[in-house]
Amino acid sequence: MPVEPPVETPRDLPEAFRLLALAPRTPIAGGTDLMVRITGEIGSPPDQVLDLSRLDELRGIALAGGQLTVGALTTYAEIRRSGLVARSLPVLAEAAATVGAVQIQNRGTLGGNIANASPAGDTLPLLLALEAVIEVGGPRGERSIPADQFWIAYRTTALAPDELVLRVRIPLVEARQVRFRKVGTRRAQAISKVVLALAWEQADRKDRWGHVRLALGSVADRPIRARSTELYLEGSRATLETADGAAETVAAEIRPIDDVRSTADYRRQVTARILHRIIRDAGGW
Amino acid sequence: MTSRTPDRPGALSTVATPPRPAVRPAEAVIIAPGIAVRGHLITRGPIRREGPAKLTGDAQYADDLVFPGAWYGATIRSNLARARFLALELDPGFDWSNVVVITAADIPGEPLMGAVKGLTPDQPVLVPLGGEIQHHSEPLALIAAPDRRTLRAARRGVTVRTEPLPPVFDPLDSDKVFVSHDVVAGDLAAGFAAADMVLEGEYRMGHQEQLYIENQAMIAVPTEDGGVTVHGSLQCPYYVHPALMRALAIDARQARVVQAETGGGFGGKEEYPSLLAVHASLLALKCRKPVRMIYERHEDIAATTKRHPAVVRHRTGVLRDGTLVAQEIEVILDGGAYCTLSPVVLGRSTTHAGGPYRCPNVRITSRAVRTNTPPNGAFRGFGAPQVIFPVETHLNRIAEALGISPLEIRRRNVYRLGDVTPTGQVLSSSVAGLEVLERAAEAVDFDAARAVTQQARLTGQGWDSVATSPLRSPDRPSASGIGIALAWHGCGFTGSGELRYNSIVTIELDATGQVRVLAANTEMGQGTRTILPMIAAQALGIPSDEVEYAPQDTALVPNSGPTVASRTATIVGGLLVNAARQLRAEVEARSGGRSFAKAYREDAARHGPSRASAQYQPFPGQPFDERAFTGDPYPAWGWAACVARVDVDLDTGEVAVRDVVAVDDAGVVVHPILAEGQVEGGTLQAIGYATIEEMKVQDGRYLNDRLATYLIPTAVDAPRITAIMVESPFDGVPHGAKGLGEMPMDVGAPAVIAAIHDATGIWIDRLPATPERVLAGLTASAGANESGRPGSGGHDRPGGRP
Repeated sequence: MPVEPPVETPRDLPEAFRLLALAPRTPIAGGTDLMVRITGEIGSPPDQVLDLSRLDELRGIALAGGQLTVGALTTYAEIRRSGLVARSLPVLAEAAATVGAVQIQNRGTLGGNIANASPAGDTLPLLLALEAVIEVGGPRGERSIPADQFWIAYRTTALAPDELVLRVRIPLVEARQVRFRKVGTRRAQAISKVVLALAWEQADRKDRWGHVRLALGSVADRPIRARSTELYLEGSRATLETADGAAETVAAEIRPIDDVRSTADYRRQVTARILHRIIRDAGGW
Repeated sequence: MTSRTPDRPGALSTVATPPRPAVRPAEAVIIAPGIAVRGHLITRGPIRREGPAKLTGDAQYADDLVFPGAWYGATIRSNLARARFLALELDPGFDWSNVVVITAADIPGEPLMGAVKGLTPDQPVLVPLGGEIQHHSEPLALIAAPDRRTLRAARRGVTVRTEPLPPVFDPLDSDKVFVSHDVVAGDLAAGFAAADMVLEGEYRMGHQEQLYIENQAMIAVPTEDGGVTVHGSLQCPYYVHPALMRALAIDARQARVVQAETGGGFGGKEEYPSLLAVHASLLALKCRKPVRMIYERHEDIAATTKRHPAVVRHRTGVLRDGTLVAQEIEVILDGGAYCTLSPVVLGRSTTHAGGPYRCPNVRITSRAVRTNTPPNGAFRGFGAPQVIFPVETHLNRIAEALGISPLEIRRRNVYRLGDVTPTGQVLSSSVAGLEVLERAAEAVDFDAARAVTQQARLTGQGWDSVATSPLRSPDRPSASGIGIALAWHGCGFTGSGELRYNSIVTIELDATGQVRVLAANTEMGQGTRTILPMIAAQALGIPSDEVEYAPQDTALVPNSGPTVASRTATIVGGLLVNAARQLRAEVEARSGGRSFAKAYREDAARHGPSRASAQYQPFPGQPFDERAFTGDPYPAWGWAACVARVDVDLDTGEVAVRDVVAVDDAGVVVHPILAEGQVEGGTLQAIGYATIEEMKVQDGRYLNDRLATYLIPTAVDAPRITAIMVESPFDGVPHGAKGLGEMPMDVGAPAVIAAIHDATGIWIDRLPATPERVLAGLTASAGANESGRPGSGGHDRPGGRP
C-alpha cells in the first residue's frame, strides 16, 4: 500500500539548504530507488521528501582543469549521450549504459547512485577506481570527499543528515587505462552480482603497470577498493603469471556473501576470472 | 522477425498421413487439397479486439474499477512453513470499531476448498484456530477498513501466535502422496535385456513463477439478495462461481463472477482467484461494502501458485542404432502444501513422460507429493515441461554415447502414424512429429551448423579450450552451440476432463440483428476475444467484426469450461462452429434460400431473437480409464520442435540465447499473428525457465519474491525468434485447430540446454542453468579434462547389457 509523504520542492540550492537546516529530509532526484520504498513494501518509507528537480545548478557535465565534473542530477542517459564524456572518459558512458534499462537511465542520476550507497551501485566502483572526488553541500557550506572515504559502512555515506551530493569531479589522466565490467544475471534491469573497475597507468617502457586502482561492487557491504591486489599489480607486467597471481590475490582478499542474487563462491570466482581476463587481454596473449 | 513455411504443395508430404478428406475450416483457402490445409481463415487477421484499449490505457483492469465507498481488504498470513495456529490477538489499544476481521469461524459454508470439482477439497479458506498451518504466507485471517491508512494501522495491531511444527521440504522425503500412477506397456525386463546400452539419469527442476504483469486482484460487491458479485483478474469464471457458492453457502443466482480486463494469466489465474474471491466476499458480506483486494507483487509471489518442482529419473535401453527398446521413468512432482491441481498436472506429466517417441517396453511411475511450501499449480505447459526437459536431455546423452546426431536419433524414434503410445492410444491422425522436426532442422541447416561446432572441438578449439580452474580465464572468452528439441502436447484436458465439464457454447442473433458469441472463455492477452468471433464468423459466412463477444460474466454466458490446457481454440472453437452452423441453418431455412450473411438482420427483425447452443460430445476413440491410466488421454496431439543457438560466456557462465527457430503444429492456425505471438512469448518463458528463473526457497519461504530478485528475460535478453507454423489438421473438430499456447514452453528449455552442451561439453541436469551452475560445470570439467573426458554434472552410468 503506497504511502504519500509530504514533499517540498526548493527553487534553488540556498532554499534547499534552508529546508535541510530545519529538519532532515530524504532527497528525491530520479526516484528510481526512493519510489520503490514509497510502495511501503520494502523498508521504511520516507517521512519527508525533498524534491531536487528544480535545482538546475546540479545538472550538466563540464570539462575544466583536467577534470570532468558531473552534476549530481545528471542522468545516466545524459552521460551516455554526452560528447564530452565520449571524448574524455568513455568508460563512464559504458558504465552508465549498464544501469537498469533505458527507463531507469532516463530518470536515474549519478548523484542518486552515489547517495543511495548500495553495495551493488553500478557506477560506484568506477568512481573509486578513477579516484573521483564527491562534492557535497549543506547549510554549513560545501566540502569535498574522496570517493574512497565516501561509503563508510553498509548503505551509509559520509554525508551529514543536512547535506546533499552536489557534483562529482573525476581527474583525467593521460596514460591511464580503464576497464569496467558489470555481471548481472540478464542484460538489462539487473542488480549486479559483481562490478569490477580497474585503472592503471603505463609507468615505463617495460610495460610495467603503475598507479593501479581496482574497485569492486557487490562483494562486500559497500563498494570497495581491493588494495592488496592493487599492490600485487603495482609494477607488474600483463603476463600469465601476473594474471594468475592477481586472480588468486583478489579471491583471497574479498569476502563476498551468499545472498538472494548469487553465492559467495560465484562472486569470488567471477571477480578473479574477469580480472584474469582483463590482464590477459591487456597482455595480448 | 517471423517467417512462415513457404507454400509448397509437397510441404507436408513428409508427414506420414495418408490423404484424407480435407478438413475444411469453414471457407478457408485450401491450397493443397487432400494433403493439408495450408491456407488460413484469414491471411493477416483483424487486430486484437482489446488491443487499442490496452495501448491507450482505457482498458479497465480490476484495480481501475471504481466502486464508491469500497473498503480495502488485506490478508493476515503465516510466517512459518508449518505450525499450529494458537491465537489471533488484536491490540486492545487500537480502535477496531471501523475495521472488520474475519477468521475461519466466520465462514458460513464449507471451510475447505478444492481447485476443481472431482478433486479433494483440502485447502482451508483460512486456517482455523488450533489448526495446522501448512505453508509460509498461508492465510490465517482477513481484515478490511474504509481506507488504506486505517488498514495499515489495523494490520500492525494484529498478532499471530503459533507453535512451530517440523516441516517437510524435500519431495523425496514426503510420505504424503496426493496421487500416483503406474503405466506399463510391453515387457520392460525383456526390453532392457535386448538393449545394447542402458543409460540412467536424474533431472531436477525448481519452481517457476508465472509473473503475469497484473497481480492477482479481486473486488467483491455485496448484493441485496445476500449474495455477492466479484470483479476480478481471472481465467476461469466457472471455477470461481462454485467456490463462492460452497464457501459462502449461497445459491447459483446469488453468486456472480465478472472478469475484469486481465493482464496475463499463464495458469497462475486458473485456481488461485477462487480463494481470493472467497476472501474478498467474506469481508464484503461482513462490512456490507464493496471490498477491494489487490495484491502487491511481493504478496503475489509469496503466496500464489508456481510451476511444480520435479525430480525425474530415466533408465533407458537402446540398440546400437539408437532405437529405443526400454524406458523406465519415475516422475515426482512437488505439490506444495495442498492438493490444488496436482493430480491433473501429474496426469499430463505422466502421459508426456516418454516424449514423442515410439518405445515398445515402457514403465512410467509418477506421484505428486505434499511439502510445506505454498501449493503449486497451473502454469503454461502444465506438467509437460517438467518431463520434456528430462526425456530430451536424456535422449541427447544417449545419442552422444552412441555417436549419433541428436537430429538423427529423433528421426529414428519419433512417432509415426499408427504407432501406439504407452497408454495404448493408436496415433491414427494428425501425427506431425517428424514434420516439425524436419522443418526446424531445415530452417537452420542443423547438420551443417552442428558440424561447425564439432569441427571446433576436433581441432582443439572446442571443449578443451573452455574449461579452466576456478580462478583463471579460459583461452576463449565465449563458446557457441546449437541444440534441438522435440515435443508433443496433448490437446485439451487429460483423460475424461472434458466429460466432467460438459461445456456449452451459445451463439445468439438478438432482436436488433446483432450476432453474439456467449462463452466463458477469457481474454488474458492470448487472443480469445479475437479468435472466437473469427471462428463463428467463418461458420456463418459473415465478416468477423459483425460478431460480438459477450463479456465473461456468469450472469450472461454459459459454462464453456475453463480457459486452460490450450483447449479454447480446439474444444470451444469446435463447439462454436457447431452452434454457428445450427444458427445459420435455422436462419437460412427461414429465408428462402438466401445466405445467412444476406438474411440475418432481416430475420432478426421479422422473427425476433434466435439462439443455438452446442454441448461437448466425446470424441471417437478409446475412452480413457483414469484409474488404470490407459486409453486415449487426448483426442489429438500437437507437435513442436525448437532449435536454439546460444553463446556461453566462459568467464562468468552466463548464457545468451541468440536465435531460436520454433516449429509448431497447431492443426489449423486461426490467426497467424496472434499464433506467432504465442510462440514468441512461450519461447521467451521457456528460455527463462532454462537459464535464469530460479525461485530460491529457504525454510519454505520464497526469498526472491520481488521483480528485482526474481528475474525473467527482458526484451534485450530475447533472442531472434522465428516462428514456423506447420498445419496438420485435427479431424475431430470442424475447423481443424489444435492447441498452441503451451507447446513453445515445452521445447525451449531442452533446446537451450542441448545448445549449452554443444558449446561447452557440460550436461546440465538441473534447471535453470544459472551462471552459477554453468560456471561450476566449466570448472569441474577442467578437472575431468585432465583425465581426457569432459565432465558431467549428471548421474549417468552408461553401461552394456545387464
